[in-house]
Amino acid sequence: MNTRSTHAPIIEMRNIEKHFGAVIALAGVSLEVFPGECHCLLGDNGAGKSTFIKTMSGVHKPTGGEIIFDGAPMNFDTPRDAMEAGIATVHQHLAMIPLMSVSRNFFMGNEPVKKIAGINFFDHDHANDVTMSEMRRMGINLRGPDQAVGTLSGGERQTVAIARAVFFGAKVLILDEPTSALGVRQTANVLATIDKVRKQGVAVVFITHNVRHALAVGDRFTVLNRGQTLGTAQRGQITPDELQDMMAGGQEMASLEGSLGGTV
Amino acid sequence: MAEASSTPSDERVKQISPLRRALIRPELGAMVGTLAVFAFFILFAFDSGMFNSQGIMNWATVSAQFMIIAVGACLLMIAGEFDLSVGSMIGFAGMMIAIFGVTIGIPMWAAILITFFLCISIGALNGFIVIRTGLPSFIVTLAFLFILRGFTIFLPQMVERKTIIGGIREAAEGDWLAPIFGGKIFGSLFIWLGDAGLITVFERGTRAGQPVVDGIPMLIVWALVLVVFGHVLLTRTKFGNWIFASGGDAEAARNSGVPVTRVKMYMFMFTAFCATVFAICQVMEFGSAGADRGLLKEFEAIIAVVIGGALLTGGYGSVIGAALGAVIFGVVQQGLFFAGVESSLFRVFLGVILLGAVILNTYIRRMITGER
Repeated sequence: MNTRSTHAPIIEMRNIEKHFGAVIALAGVSLEVFPGECHCLLGDNGAGKSTFIKTMSGVHKPTGGEIIFDGAPMNFDTPRDAMEAGIATVHQHLAMIPLMSVSRNFFMGNEPVKKIAGINFFDHDHANDVTMSEMRRMGINLRGPDQAVGTLSGGERQTVAIARAVFFGAKVLILDEPTSALGVRQTANVLATIDKVRKQGVAVVFITHNVRHALAVGDRFTVLNRGQTLGTAQRGQITPDELQDMMAGGQEMASLEGSLGGTV
Repeated sequence: MAEASSTPSDERVKQISPLRRALIRPELGAMVGTLAVFAFFILFAFDSGMFNSQGIMNWATVSAQFMIIAVGACLLMIAGEFDLSVGSMIGFAGMMIAIFGVTIGIPMWAAILITFFLCISIGALNGFIVIRTGLPSFIVTLAFLFILRGFTIFLPQMVERKTIIGGIREAAEGDWLAPIFGGKIFGSLFIWLGDAGLITVFERGTRAGQPVVDGIPMLIVWALVLVVFGHVLLTRTKFGNWIFASGGDAEAARNSGVPVTRVKMYMFMFTAFCATVFAICQVMEFGSAGADRGLLKEFEAIIAVVIGGALLTGGYGSVIGAALGAVIFGVVQQGLFFAGVESSLFRVFLGVILLGAVILNTYIRRMITGER
């Protein structure tokens, strides 16, 4: 699951720069993601992770650099364009509505229809079947497709969002800190979901600032610091301590860690 | 993925009791309420004439009036917005019919179409301002409550020097569109029922032998059609899913590709449409339009919707529930009259049942979302 030099990358970001007025948020970041790979994007707060993925998903237009998607240069005008091309983002603040059922949420904005007497009706049977089987595949056992999303745990909601993105044809799945607000068991569930999705050949970009979570599922790791990339490492070529140091910018962190007994 | 769906239920998932499952249906409270209200009046007012043909027609008509505006208010509330201008819109629409059809004297069908166009445009304007400014719909539509009422009082005084314009029934004579709002259907069925001795007939006078209730007013037909339409739209279509989503969390809905702006806009227009239907049925029945028509109707519509199980915060509710809320409303209002109870007590009842419904709904919401 690591080296994929024989494949072409599904998305390639070359020398991306993004300036907001006088602030340089990204100063030439490059990254490539292959199908079936989980590429971890690490960095501390303010490192430029969010700006970078927003550029990837069409929210921001890069000031400089180019995006190659599926072998062709791409210029997404809106997030919708990116979505239609197959780049899906699952945000921290989920696109899930607690009062609605899992099945209604799953198909929100993409409702299956069935024609009866010339009128398009919501095909609830189809939606329910698909929701149940997709959720079971991800290891979530629903009481029924009409169970409200509000009754699911945070990790399960993330999983529903991921399953939905994949079902609707995401080739690149960007996960924006999916584990940051979760407990231990729920985190494990989400990481397991990432692994399942990767095995289906989807390229996953996993943003986190937790080195442990990254190392648990990542194939490759790119660290961002102050709008620049500090290089991409393969799995097995880097230790957790090295990753942690790169994220935090080395020096100060080493002394801090010393005082904390190396537990951070 | 196909083979997995055939697997039976999982033993690790806790089963919920049928009671709890029933409780999270939004219309349950209204169903229980409806049964309770009927049981009460059958016990205490059965001999008052409330349940003979005229009595039934009496409370059914009042309930149907509430139902028409409740359907619009219900869908709008589920989409996450309010419309406080419904009552003023009813007065305004009725007055427009009178001014165009009687004062100006254009054919009634044209007056009806122009009124629909005007009122739905005002509904759209309501929606446009709410969506563009991001202000609460409560404030924007409160402004229109006053604006429309003001015009409803001012315009007839300007053109006719009075606040009630009559002569609508005469102006609607022979019109092809007006009977859709003011007519009655199944007249022959009621004559047959009268002849068969199943319903009361006039005993003397020019109409002797004819049934007292001579057909189902179109008002009731409109109410039933709108309820069925609203219910099917909400629960069985793609657009219905968008209504829930827009009210549940507009941002999340937008992120998923739901055209929230369009949904809310259509719901404001639909609410205006319902208010206009109500107004036209009313002026056709009374034969006149008054500047004070529709007073407080916006609150009555909202109360019926809340009794029906919808959440004031949007994203949850039921058209069937709202319709039952309207029935509770109509039956109690008329029932107290039949039972000879002081009518001001109706307001006490309203306040109490509203409070009860809101508390029940909040509890149900906690149950659905698992909040504590």
